[in-house]
Amino acid sequence: MQPRVVLVTGVSRYLGTRLASTLAADPSIERVIGVDTVQPRRDVLDQLGRTEFVRADIRNPLIAKVITQAEVDTVVHMNVIATPLGAGGRTAMKEINVIGTMQLLAACQQAPSMRKLVVKSTTAVYGSSPRDPALFTEDAGPKSLPKSGYAKDAVEVEGYVRGFGRRRPDVTLSVLRFTNFIGPVIETPLSRYLSLPVVPTVLGFDPRIQLCHEDDGIEVLRRCVLEEHPGIFNIGGRGVLLLSQAIRRVGRPSIAIPSPAVTAVAQVFRRAGLVDFSPEQMRYLEHGRVADVSRAEREFDWVPRSTAEAMDSFVDRAPRLVSPETIAAAEQRLLGLLTRAPKEPARA
Amino acid sequence: MPEAKIIPLHGPSDPPSSPGTAKAPPTRKAAPTRKAAPAAPKAAPAAPAPPAAEPTAWESKLAGGLAFLRRRLTGDYEIDDFGFDPDLTEHVLLPPLRPLYDKWFRVETRGLDNVPDIGGALIVANHSGTIPLDALMTTLALHDHHPAHRSLRLLGADLVFTLPLVAPLARKSGNTLACNADAERLLAADELVGVFPEGFKGIGKPFSERYKLQRFGRGGFVSAALRTGKPIIPVSIVGAEEIYPIIGNSKTVARILGLPYAPITPLFPLLGPLGAVPLPSKWIIEFGEPIETADLGGPTAADDPMLVFNLTDQVRETIQSTLYSLLMQRRSVFF
Repeated sequence: MQPRVVLVTGVSRYLGTRLASTLAADPSIERVIGVDTVQPRRDVLDQLGRTEFVRADIRNPLIAKVITQAEVDTVVHMNVIATPLGAGGRTAMKEINVIGTMQLLAACQQAPSMRKLVVKSTTAVYGSSPRDPALFTEDAGPKSLPKSGYAKDAVEVEGYVRGFGRRRPDVTLSVLRFTNFIGPVIETPLSRYLSLPVVPTVLGFDPRIQLCHEDDGIEVLRRCVLEEHPGIFNIGGRGVLLLSQAIRRVGRPSIAIPSPAVTAVAQVFRRAGLVDFSPEQMRYLEHGRVADVSRAEREFDWVPRSTAEAMDSFVDRAPRLVSPETIAAAEQRLLGLLTRAPKEPARA
Repeated sequence: MPEAKIIPLHGPSDPPSSPGTAKAPPTRKAAPTRKAAPAAPKAAPAAPAPPAAEPTAWESKLAGGLAFLRRRLTGDYEIDDFGFDPDLTEHVLLPPLRPLYDKWFRVETRGLDNVPDIGGALIVANHSGTIPLDALMTTLALHDHHPAHRSLRLLGADLVFTLPLVAPLARKSGNTLACNADAERLLAADELVGVFPEGFKGIGKPFSERYKLQRFGRGGFVSAALRTGKPIIPVSIVGAEEIYPIIGNSKTVARILGLPYAPITPLFPLLGPLGAVPLPSKWIIEFGEPIETADLGGPTAADDPMLVFNLTDQVRETIQSTLYSLLMQRRSVFF
């Protein structure tokens, strides 16, 4: 079924803007309506194209009017936020995430025009613990439910979405659990963390991380809007990187912090506004999390960029303190010195 | 309630800007440069070799070592989904074990040809020795002495992945958590999976109970093999029981440290760190005949608890009887 009127929540944030502009560029879609509490930044207005903007809070019943008046048939819910700092504190964040979702779903349930709901969720719903299987499949429940923060919100949001699916079985429901986003532009807690001049890690742990390229995220969301892909899907690149490996790829030194001090250090970073890592994300830095993305690859018949490729696109944007070429040159020089072998011509 | 007002961002005449113009397509310049880097140093030992200066053994060793260091410093190595880092395992983790294997325990392997060259199989072995040296020695036996140099992917207890320092090392050397999901995933990917079903009951048992197999868990390993239709290879390890004979177990210390047991051996903690040196027993690792599971009915068979219990018992009996016959053949503990 071709969508006619698409509503995108969280449109003023990076991914929301990009999705709205992608959809706006598709002539087969009649209207694209973006909703957010703040106006999109001036420099992205051009990108948004013919997107109409509604300045509304999804926590407010006003959203129901927008949906019924515009006869919205497809809703893309991207307004579950991960960073308390951006939302104005944890309380506000929780309200936007949970109450906002409840209001939005209530409005959707009332709207006879509704045909499809696409929810941007996260693999954080699986939690992060030493008892996790190496790869989470979509059916795997978390070993221990996330107790706080973003992950808990995401679990609750998914719960409400499931409830909505029961009450409106005629609506196509796609829940996309994204791994950590990274890419040339996107700003996430992880990208800021990896951009620190010295990257703090937890002593004695080296988690596996899995990344999703920002363009691939947009592509999946776009296809969910235009095509029918009901179900829950893990979205991310194949393969994993160790955190230490990722830090070395961005060419930065790391400093290991013993786990009793980790919470205090994280607090300092949060206060300083450097990296907004919540406690459950600190657990991620210990145990990591990897999802099995094969179901999505089969469903969409498409292979997104691997974790390593996504990482490369990020590496290009951050100036490296030590480039791999320098290290390779140093290696050759050292080897030449030690073996007194005829010097190799300098490599480019 | 305020009226919902739609604010157009642009006049209707405004042409929609095409998405993606503002965003450059992802450049992946880094990939080729990095990919190019490892190729050169690999050739490096050969590259400065105009026939006059043939690189000596230590020179190529040095080049290899430096290349390894560079790979580590630039993060230019591959790991699999489970966190297995073959580069690190090969160059750092396994080499220090070789003297222990060759000189200290003088490990003798039997029946290595029972382990297939390709394809998945489940290695099931008895567990003993206070610390899991038997796991490391079995890994090394298969890596160094099997014709196909296979990597053994062990299934470890929860505790292993909770401990700092130990957890990442365990993953990097190819081990993963003992759970059905991981076992089946590895077997389906044609890996050689190793499991010690006795767990802590086996490795922490007192010296008086040496070579007496403990309960074999709940048979989870059998159902994993049944579901994937891979053979089970029973393995009997003799010699590991004597490396740290447990004569006592300090339950209080164990409770305080959150460990399953706190061993007291004749030398430990009496001699302090010196007591941590294992006794040089002579080891024999025998790989038994594979027990095929492919024709037993696949996933439906895995849901038949009776079949699973029977198969678990069969594996256990095989290992136990092999252990007894190996003990009969052994002349002494140390030779």
